[in-house]
Order: sequence, then structure tokens, then C-alpha cells
Amino acid sequence: MNVSNILLAAPEIWVFTMACVILLVDLFLREERRGIIQLLAMATVIFAGFITMRAEYVHDGTFIATAFNDSFLRDPMGDVLKLFTYFIVALVFVYAKSYLRQFNMFRADFYTLSLFALLGIMLLISANSLLMIYLGLELTSLSTYALVAYDRDSSRGSEAAMKYFVLGSMASGMLLYGMSMIYGATGSLNLDAIGAAVSSDKRDDLVLVFGLAFLVVGLAFKLGVVPFHMWIPDVYEGAPAGVTLFIAAVPKMAAFAMAFRLLQTGLGELHADWQQMLAVLSVLSIVLGNVAAIAQTNIKRMLAYSTISHMGFILLGFAPGTGAGYGASMYYVMVYSLMTAAAFATIILLSSRGVEAEHLDDFKGLNQRNSWYAAVMAMVMFSMAGVPVFVGFFAKWLVIQATLEAGMLWLAVVAVVFSVVGAFYYLRVVKLMYFDDPETEVPISATLDFSLALSLNGVLVIGLGIFSGPLIAVCMRSFAA
Amino acid sequence: MLTLAHFLTLGAILFCLSVAGIFLNRKNVIILLMCIELMLLAVNMNFVAFARFLGSLDGQIFVFFILTVAAAEAAIGLAILVVLFRNRGTINVTDLDELKG
Repeated sequence: MNVSNILLAAPEIWVFTMACVILLVDLFLREERRGIIQLLAMATVIFAGFITMRAEYVHDGTFIATAFNDSFLRDPMGDVLKLFTYFIVALVFVYAKSYLRQFNMFRADFYTLSLFALLGIMLLISANSLLMIYLGLELTSLSTYALVAYDRDSSRGSEAAMKYFVLGSMASGMLLYGMSMIYGATGSLNLDAIGAAVSSDKRDDLVLVFGLAFLVVGLAFKLGVVPFHMWIPDVYEGAPAGVTLFIAAVPKMAAFAMAFRLLQTGLGELHADWQQMLAVLSVLSIVLGNVAAIAQTNIKRMLAYSTISHMGFILLGFAPGTGAGYGASMYYVMVYSLMTAAAFATIILLSSRGVEAEHLDDFKGLNQRNSWYAAVMAMVMFSMAGVPVFVGFFAKWLVIQATLEAGMLWLAVVAVVFSVVGAFYYLRVVKLMYFDDPETEVPISATLDFSLALSLNGVLVIGLGIFSGPLIAVCMRSFAA
Repeated sequence: MLTLAHFLTLGAILFCLSVAGIFLNRKNVIILLMCIELMLLAVNMNFVAFARFLGSLDGQIFVFFILTVAAAEAAIGLAILVVLFRNRGTINVTDLDELKG
């Protein structure tokens, strides 16, 4: 181990240190000064951004290096994903603060658990060996299990946490079983070495494909695609909205990176084998997610099914196995996080008097109560539905374009048809906000930082749509080689 | 003479038992936790067997990490179980039905 190893992993070390510091500082703080924790957590994320950016700028975005015996990898894709993750986490912290204060749950636990989850996500994004992937994944998962049960007196929260825990652990077990098979077939834990071993002639196909099947099942569980999606609606509904916001928006970035590293870096040679599996999984998710969402009256549950269909799109980008496809998926996952953060922020905004605004009826007449927030929510819904100009349209378009270029016409057709079906329930929210009368006269109040963050988030949803070029270029460049 | 296949078969049997336990069990959440542990141990068996027969140490090191993470996982699982029992007064799997739709 030498100094350069530590420099490469500096953002991770910084986040880890600060998570521990926050845990300790909280012990010495009096109740009314808890705000310091929030500031420290924000500072952690922002400064982590500076540390990550430094490498990005110095090395002109084409910098690839490994550390710690090749198990840790810094590359442009990882850096871009990490920077975007920090940004979303910062938004989440701002939104969650007002939620936690309102529901009397403003404790340091939320911030430490979130930061440890963030650390797991960063490790997962930079992982270059099976061991690193497993550790990053478990750090993320264990932190989020605990977060779901954050409201200790909530019966629904603890049920959701239990279900999430059992299914999530089982998924980890499946993934591990797959990893053990891959290790047995290739004799290495390092993804590059696995890639080299798989391309050589003396590989053991039976064991490899067996391991691959288990890997894909584990990945599908973690991403939440049909038929391994059962936990998503329950967790979204049962967890407190501030936590759902985090779970919905942030770990998906890591799930994308994990899928890319395992399938492309490690098992790229077996593309023909996993392409079929992913195609089936993604079509099932797009179909079931969009159809089941129509039947929901709880908006958290509706967004859960919408997440399932979005995850289907992200997997669809993997199916071609081309740089354009991965770039499209990466763009999609970033856009998805941005939209989801804004959608859950609106739920938090409308919650009042200790009751979460989780029913669709709570959105009735939002335009009469506050037209700017209604406009933000409407933009998010249009964007999720894939209406042109908004950023969600370009994400869907790029994925479908990559699928068509690879000659998978029927996949593209199914995706387009069910996007149109999905538009129904997104536009229903817009209809409720603009054409129905409000059921309550409670004024909408938000702190300054909350409304600034939500406004920025809303502006980005349309702004990144109108000026979509740069972000798309960044994503595509990550997979140019 | 024990071969690699014997160990892999044992691992597979343990793994199948644990998956069957998770799906068939309708009584008690604690049994689910035990099944999850068994699943991780089945994977450990695989790793150790492969490491032995490939002559590489990586798999054995992986096992140490799995054991450690399994301990942390059990701690979190039991903590959630305690919270669940305090709120519900039951840890029966079939009673976990408040969330659906």
C-alpha cells in the first residue's frame, strides 16, 4: 500500500471519517442544537464533491487507475456517478430535514445511516472485485434496512423493514452463490481477471452460466425488476417519506454501476447468455410496473410501481451490450433519481399535522393552493411519462434508440406502447392538481432552503431537457472506449 | 476420496434447504433469519471448497468477510425483529399483511 492508493480513495475515506465524527458529535449536542448535524452532513457531501472533482479535472476525464490490489477502480463513469450521487444526497438532506423536524424524528441517526449508505454506494460504484462489490452492497443494504425502521413506533415501518430485510438478505445470498460459482470457474475475484479468464478457451461453461443465472437473480432483486420486485411497493409505502426519498433516489445509481461492472467488465464475453435474461426481465417490469401503477390510490405505492417500470428501462439499455446502450442507461438512472427526488419532495411538502400526504386525493387542487409547487410536480409527472422537452423524454429516447440500433425491434415496441399506458397515471396526478378542488385549506409552508432546493430540482427537470446535450455527452463519453 | 463435486453438492443441498425454508415457512420470522444464515454458510462451503481445489487463497479470505457481514446482518435483523414485536405483539409471518395492494 502506498500514498497514491489513499489519494485515489480519498472521497470514500473522507465520507467514512465524517460519518464517524457526526456519530460522536451528536453525543455532545443538546437537543436544540441538532441543526449542526445537518450542516456537518451537508458539508461532508459537498466537500466530498470537491475531492472527487479534483481528480476529474486534473486528469481531463479520461483517467483510469486502480488501487488496493486492483480491487478499487477510479474511472470517468464512476466519478460522474459519484458527483451526481452527492448532488442528489444533498437535495435529500435538505428535503428530509423539514420532514424529520415536522414528524419529531430529527435525530443524528438519519444522517449517519445515510452517510454510511452513501459510503457503500461509493464503494460499489468504484468496485473492481467481487469482494468489494459484496462489501459495498452490504454496507448500503444494512444501512437502508435500519433506515426503513427509522420510525420506531410505526407498525407499517417495522413490517416494511422486516420484509425488506428478508428479501434483501436472500438476494445477497443468491448473488453470493453466483459469485462463488464465478470464482470457481475463473479462479479469481478480480473483475478484470475474470473477464480475461472468461475470454480464454479453457473456461468451464456450465459452471459459469450457472453462476451467471444466480448473479442476474441477485441483481434483479437489488434493482427491483419483475419478478423480483415484491419488496419495492411495501418498502416505499411503509417507510417514512423522508427515508423513502433516500431509498428511491440514491441507491439506484449504485445498482446501475454494480450491474455494469459485473455483467460488462466481468462477464462481457457471455453477453449472448445474459442478454436474453435481461430482455425478459426488462419487458416484464415495463409491462407490470405501468399496469399495476394504474390501480394504486396511494401515491407512494404508485411511484413504487413507476420505479419498477423505470428499472425495466434501465435494464433495457443493458440488453444491446453496446457503449450507446450503457450510456443511455446511465443517463436514465441519473434522470430517474432527479425526478424521483422532486416527486417525493412534493409529498413531504404537502404533509402536515403529522400526517403524510400519501393519498392521491391529497394532491387535489394543488394549483389553487400554490401554483409554483403544482407546476414543479406537473413537470416531474410529464417528465416521468416521457413527454418531449422534459428530461425524462431524452432518457427514454436514448434507451429505445440503442435498442433499435441493436436490432431488437420488439423490445422497443413493447417499451413504447407501455410508456403510453404509463402516461395515464402520471397525467391523472396532473388532472387532480389542476382540475379538482382542494379538500383542505391548510396553507402550504416551506422553509427557504426547502423551496430553493425544490425549485432548483424542478428547473433542472425541464432545463436538462432543453439543454440535454452536455449531460448526455458526459454519459456517452464514459463508455466511449 | 472426496472430490470437489462432493463439496459443491453439499453446498447446493444446504442452499436449497435454506431457500425452501424461506418459502415454505409460514410460522415464525426467527426461522427466516436462521434460513438466511444457512444460505450464507452454504456459500461459504462453496468458496472454501473452490479455494482448496484451485489452490488459491482468495476464496478463503472472502469467507472471513462473509462471516463478519453475516454477524452484522443478524444484528440488524434481530433489531428489526424486536421493533416489529414491540409494535405488533407477534412475529408470525402470516401476520405481516398490513401493506398490500
